[in-house]
Amino acid sequence: MNENAEKQSFMDRCREAVADFGLPRLIIAGFLLLLFILSPLVGADLPTQISNTINRFSWNAILVLAMVPMVHSGCGLNFGLPLGIISGLLGATLSVELGFTGGLSFFAAIVISTPFAIILGLFYGWLLNKIKGGEMMIATYVGFSSVSFMCMMWLLLPYHSPNMVWGLAGKGLRTTISLEGYYDKVLANFLQINIGNLSIPTGTILFFILIALGIWAFLHTKTGTAMTAVGSNPVFARAAGVNIDKMRMLSVVMSTWLAAVGILVYEQGFGFIQLYMAPFYMALPAVSAILIGGASVNKASIANVIIGTFLFQGIVTMTPTVMNNMIHMDMSEVIRIIVSNGMILYALTRKTERAK
Amino acid sequence: MMNKTDSNKSTVQKIGGFLGANTVPIMFILICAVCIPLSGFSPSYLLNEIVTRMGRNTFLILCLLIPIMAGMGLNFGMTLGAMAGEIGLILTADWQIVGIPGMVLAMILSIPISILLGLICGKILNMAKGREMVTSYIISYFINGVYQFVVLYLMGPVIPIKHSSLKLPRGYGIRNTVSLLDMRQKLDDLIPLTVFGAKIPVATFLLIAVLCLFIVWFRKTKLGQDMRAVGQDMEVSKDAGINVERTRIISIIMSTVLAGFGMVIYLQNMGNIATYSSHSQIGMFCIAALLVGGASVDRASIGNVFLGVTLFHLMFIVAPSAGAKLTGDSMIGEYFRVFVSYAVITIALVMYETKKRRAKSRMAEQLRLDQLKESEVAEQ
Repeated sequence: MNENAEKQSFMDRCREAVADFGLPRLIIAGFLLLLFILSPLVGADLPTQISNTINRFSWNAILVLAMVPMVHSGCGLNFGLPLGIISGLLGATLSVELGFTGGLSFFAAIVISTPFAIILGLFYGWLLNKIKGGEMMIATYVGFSSVSFMCMMWLLLPYHSPNMVWGLAGKGLRTTISLEGYYDKVLANFLQINIGNLSIPTGTILFFILIALGIWAFLHTKTGTAMTAVGSNPVFARAAGVNIDKMRMLSVVMSTWLAAVGILVYEQGFGFIQLYMAPFYMALPAVSAILIGGASVNKASIANVIIGTFLFQGIVTMTPTVMNNMIHMDMSEVIRIIVSNGMILYALTRKTERAK
Repeated sequence: MMNKTDSNKSTVQKIGGFLGANTVPIMFILICAVCIPLSGFSPSYLLNEIVTRMGRNTFLILCLLIPIMAGMGLNFGMTLGAMAGEIGLILTADWQIVGIPGMVLAMILSIPISILLGLICGKILNMAKGREMVTSYIISYFINGVYQFVVLYLMGPVIPIKHSSLKLPRGYGIRNTVSLLDMRQKLDDLIPLTVFGAKIPVATFLLIAVLCLFIVWFRKTKLGQDMRAVGQDMEVSKDAGINVERTRIISIIMSTVLAGFGMVIYLQNMGNIATYSSHSQIGMFCIAALLVGGASVDRASIGNVFLGVTLFHLMFIVAPSAGAKLTGDSMIGEYFRVFVSYAVITIALVMYETKKRRAKSRMAEQLRLDQLKESEVAEQ
């Protein structure tokens, strides 16, 4: 009898631990582990796979990090990521247009995109302050509208650099612009480590660590704590004399700027600027990555970003190769859609985190 | 008190209120007024196009009304019904049942799939009360993944598909386009009628009329009344003995089933299925059209549907060529109409949320005043 009760409590504790970690997260982590174990067995080269995963991690991590400030201030998941991406794209294209080359063009792009990110972020934050409670849906549509608006702008804005415009017409930007000669792999090649087939883009990872440390430090300053307070208990925050609207505005501007930097880092790894409809669906992978990492609609940490990006990108890179080698059938796209959107659904429906 | 303030309102305020409530339709009338002369299309061409598109889309848009009635907002999950309709059509295309019988069979096949998907969607939405829209929007993506899994991998090995013309060259999975040539516009041409050079799809309009009548009738039934009560206030309806969760699920299931029918009608007009993309944009365009008609997240009528479908598709027809005339680039107009669809949804959502917040703060203010009064009374 006694033993039975003890077993019960052990089971309960197990269940509690699983509930704490989240069942979907456990399944995803287990799935990725299985993929890593399977990959050498089915004849895929493990080091290549690992370096692919790390590479993709380094491209995407800052985009995922862009979720953190807004979640902290209670603005929910930043489905409006494309708005920040657009300021990044403006920075990238202007940097090329103004004739910056090599590594300098990367920093020029960051500098140029900053004012855009601040202006768009201020507008976006102002809008989100007017519609507290309905942020996520409106953020999605703000992102979509801005992407489709910029589709027109990419055609109409007077860009002239022959590397970017359509050759025949001499105007209108191309859909993809190669970054060769500009900032292609400028961070990745910095202190790159190569061991056999394993290569690690040290520079990109260092850059991410730098920015992540910055955000971490910021969240521990007085302003940062106030921001977290606004997110976790607005009534208390107001009583403590924190200006809620201002904090939310600041967090939105930060998220937008991080998205701008994030897309530039993504481009330097990928080697191309993608315009027009490309930023359209970039919010969803970033949102689900941070959720996979253990974040929820109103709680997110830097650790969530790192774990989540690694798990998500791991699955995205590993499934096609392993699946292809195993059953000659590429189901990775379907798995990616189901996993990423399933994760978002899970986060949206959890009872404890329902909108206050 | 309410009446008094109403009568005190000046005419200017009334006009202002009317403009404020109808910002989106008025904006659209202006856009169309500018674009029509620029596009250079003849009135008979425009009439023809609008009538065709009305027949094609109205049924789909009508299915959005029921969840709005139940207070669940714009049902982005109508895509689920569209997928069910597509699966029905793919199967009938494989069984080579053509014309009207094929359509009817496709609709019948779509019903159980729609009910199942609607049930799932409704259950999930009940877990996410207060953020139904964003959740239904993500559900549509999630189920799209499941749909791709079924159509791309299960059709062939698990679900028998006989005709290789439907299958991908690798032997399983459905091709990117499925031709519905034997079904093309069979319903539209069932009762032929031409007015002013415009072909009127009479039978399709009859179906739409039946659905409109059904919705009008449904509003008056016990279930319809329950739904409206739930839409007004969930807590009060629960106290009144209405099973809130069940009512909400039923409203979503009804919307999904109707969307499945609507998709069959839509695709018989198009004449082919883009297997992996037909449904993906349909939700967005239907919702945008409804909002253009002056509907909001919590209030939509049949009138909104018809006004919306006319204005929205008028803009859709004229924008590309007007854009091409203005800037010399045909893509501008294409992007412009996509931008306008998204912008309309954004504006409508923002207006709805600000209205909701204002009402909430007004209520809080009222409560504060009441409390103040009470304490004054107590002091005396």
